[in-house]
Amino acid sequence: MSRLRTAALVGNPNAGKSALFNALTGARQKIANYPGVTVERKAGRLVLPSGEPVELTDLPGAYGLHPTSPDEEVTAKVIMGRFPGEAAPEVLVVVLDASNLEQHLVFAQEVIALGKPTVVALNMIDLAERDGLVLDPAALETALGVPVIPTVAVRRRGLDELIGAIAAAEERKAEHHRPFVDQTERRVTAHAIAAAAIVSETQRHRLHARLDRVLLHPWLGPVILFALLFVVFQAVFAGAQPFVDALDGGAGWLHDRVKDAMAPSLARDFLTDGVISGVGSVVVFLPQILILFFFILAMEASGYMARAAFLMDRMMAGVGLSGRSFIPLLSSFACAIPGIMATRSITDPKDRLTTILIAPLMTCSARLPVYAVIIAAFIPNRNVGLGVGLQGLVLLALYVAGIVGAMAVALVLRRSITKGAASGFIMELPKYQLPRARDLAIGLFQRAWIFLRRAGTIIFMVTVVLWLLLNFPRAHEGESQIDASIAGHVANGLAVVVEPIGFNRDMALALIPAMAAREVAVSALATTYAVQATDDDATAQQLGARLKSHWTLPMALAFLAWFVFAPQCMSTIAVTRRETNGWRWPAFMLGYLFVLAYVAAGVTYWAARAAGL
Amino acid sequence: MTLDLLPVGQSARIVAVDWARLVDEEAQRLRSLGLEPGAVVAVAHRGVFAGKDPIALSIGRMTVALRRVHAMAMTVEPIAEAADFTEAFAVAAE
Repeated sequence: MSRLRTAALVGNPNAGKSALFNALTGARQKIANYPGVTVERKAGRLVLPSGEPVELTDLPGAYGLHPTSPDEEVTAKVIMGRFPGEAAPEVLVVVLDASNLEQHLVFAQEVIALGKPTVVALNMIDLAERDGLVLDPAALETALGVPVIPTVAVRRRGLDELIGAIAAAEERKAEHHRPFVDQTERRVTAHAIAAAAIVSETQRHRLHARLDRVLLHPWLGPVILFALLFVVFQAVFAGAQPFVDALDGGAGWLHDRVKDAMAPSLARDFLTDGVISGVGSVVVFLPQILILFFFILAMEASGYMARAAFLMDRMMAGVGLSGRSFIPLLSSFACAIPGIMATRSITDPKDRLTTILIAPLMTCSARLPVYAVIIAAFIPNRNVGLGVGLQGLVLLALYVAGIVGAMAVALVLRRSITKGAASGFIMELPKYQLPRARDLAIGLFQRAWIFLRRAGTIIFMVTVVLWLLLNFPRAHEGESQIDASIAGHVANGLAVVVEPIGFNRDMALALIPAMAAREVAVSALATTYAVQATDDDATAQQLGARLKSHWTLPMALAFLAWFVFAPQCMSTIAVTRRETNGWRWPAFMLGYLFVLAYVAAGVTYWAARAAGL
Repeated sequence: MTLDLLPVGQSARIVAVDWARLVDEEAQRLRSLGLEPGAVVAVAHRGVFAGKDPIALSIGRMTVALRRVHAMAMTVEPIAEAADFTEAFAVAAE
C-alpha cells in the first residue's frame, strides 16, 4: 500500500478548520482553484505514524450537503465523489466547534450517515472550557458511532491522536448506512446528543458577548470601525512608504547596473526599460498589499470582519449589495486585484459579480502618482480656509467621485444586468479569538506568492507587448521613436476619438502604456515631453512645468476625471477573467468603464470651459 | 408577533416561519443555522445608528446576523426564560 491516500476536513464555517489544517500540514500547502469554479482548493501533506503520506484537503465550510453557495456545492460534490477530476477523499475528518455542538452536529450527522470512514475532531475544546462547558468525548463517540478526538488546533493539542485516528479509520472501512433523516429530525437528534455530551455547564459570562456590546453598539460600533479603517489606511499609505521606496530604489539600481553592464542595444533597452521598469513598477506595490492583507487577515482571524460586515450592511443595502461586499471594496483602495480576489467570501453570485464589476472604481494606489503629478501642476497650493488645502480637497474629491460612481453603478447593475432576488445578508458572527502569528504568517506568505506570480507572468507579458508596440518599427534619423512606433500610430487614431473630450495627441499616447498599469502614464508623459532628469522628484517637477505649457486647466481636469473611471489596468481585467470564468464580464467591465470615463472627462472638460477656467 | 418587533434582550420561541416570503437559498440558509420553528432565540443587537437593520440574534451559543425582512417572516412567542443562560447570568452579575 504505497499509493498516496487522501483525507479531507469538513465542517461548518467557523469550526476552526483552517487552523486545524495549518496545524496538521504546516506551511507546505498547495493552493489552487477547483477547476471551473472560483472556490479555493487547499491541499497539504500529512504524515501518518507509519510514515505514509496522506494528501489532506481543507474543504470549504458548509452547513449541509444541500448547497446554498458555490462553496457548499464544491464541498458536497467532493465528499460524494461527484466533482469531475477530483477523487472522493478516503477519510473524512469532521471538525466540530466544541462550544457549539448542537449546531455543528447537524451537518456532522449528515456526513457520518454517508458511511465513509470518518473521524470527528472536537475542536476548540479550550474555548468551550473557557465558556464553562465540560464535555464528555466518550459519550459523543458512543452517540455518533465514530472516533471523537478532542483537539485545540492553535495549541497543537490532540494532533497526534487525531492523526492516529485518521490512520485507523482507513483500516476500519466498515460502512453502516443509516436511513435518510431530514434536517429537522437531525436537529432534534443534535440537541439530544449535545445534551448527553455536556457534563456540566457553568453559567459564566462570555467574552464575546461583552465585546459585541461595544463593537456592535449602534453608535459606538461604526465610530470604532471608522477609526480602525483610518489606522489601516494610514498604515497602508504612510507605513508602506519606506518599503515602497526601497523596492523602487532596488529596481532602479538593478536597471542602472544592467544598463552599465551591457553594450547599448535594443536587447539592453528591452531588459532595462521594458522588463525591469515594467515589472518593477508593479512589484513596488507589494508592501502596501502585504500591510493591507495583514489587517484583513487579522480582522478575519479575530472574528471582527463579520462585525464590520454587520455594521456596513445597512449602507450597502442601499445600493442593492450586502455587508459582505464591504471588505473587498475596502481592499480595492490599495489595489483592485486583492479586492476582487476577496469577493470569494460573498455567497450570493449576483452580489459577488456586482462587487467585482465596481471594484475598479475604488481609487487604487496606482492612481495616486498620476493624481499627484497633475494636481501639483495645475491646482494652486492655496488654503481654502480652516487649514484645508485646495490640492488636498481636489484629491479627496477624486476619491469621493470614485465611491459615488461605484455606488451609482451598483444601483443600476442590481436593477438591470445583475438583477436577482433581494440579496440577503445572513451570516454567523463567529466568536472572538486572538489571531495566531503563525496562521497570519502563512496567510501573508500565500498572498505575497500569488501576487508575485502574477507579476511574473501576466504583468511581465503585458509589459513586453507594450514595449514592443512602443519600440517598433524603429524610428528614422531625426524622428522620435514614439512617433514612429505602432503605439504612436495608434495614438494618432485615438486622438481623433478623444478630441471631443479635450484630450490632445500626447494625452492619447500616454493612455496606451497606462493600459498596463495606471502609474505608467506619468513616465509615458515624461517620455513624450522629453523630460531628462536624474531622479524622480526632479522628473515630477519638470514634467509639471512642461504640462502647464502644453495643457489648459480644463484639459488637466478632464484627464483626472478620465483616470477616476477608466479601466487602465490589464491585471484587473485578467483577474476578473479568472474570477468570473470567461471573457464576458471583463469585456463588459472594460466597456462600461470606458464609456463612463469618456463621459466623465467630456463633461468635466466642457463644464470647465463653460465656467471659464 | 414577528421577530423583528422583539425587544433587544427578550427571549422568544419561533412558532412559525412563513417560508414562502423568503427566497429558497435564504430559507435554506436560515434553516441550516437552526432558525426554524421550535428554536429559542433572542435579539442581541439591532441596527446601526438609528436604523433597524440588520439584526443579530443569539441562538444557542451562536450569534447570527440577518435582515429585518427575514425576521418579519418569523412569528415568535416571547418566553420568560433566557434563551442564552450565560448571557442572562452576565447581565445579572453586573
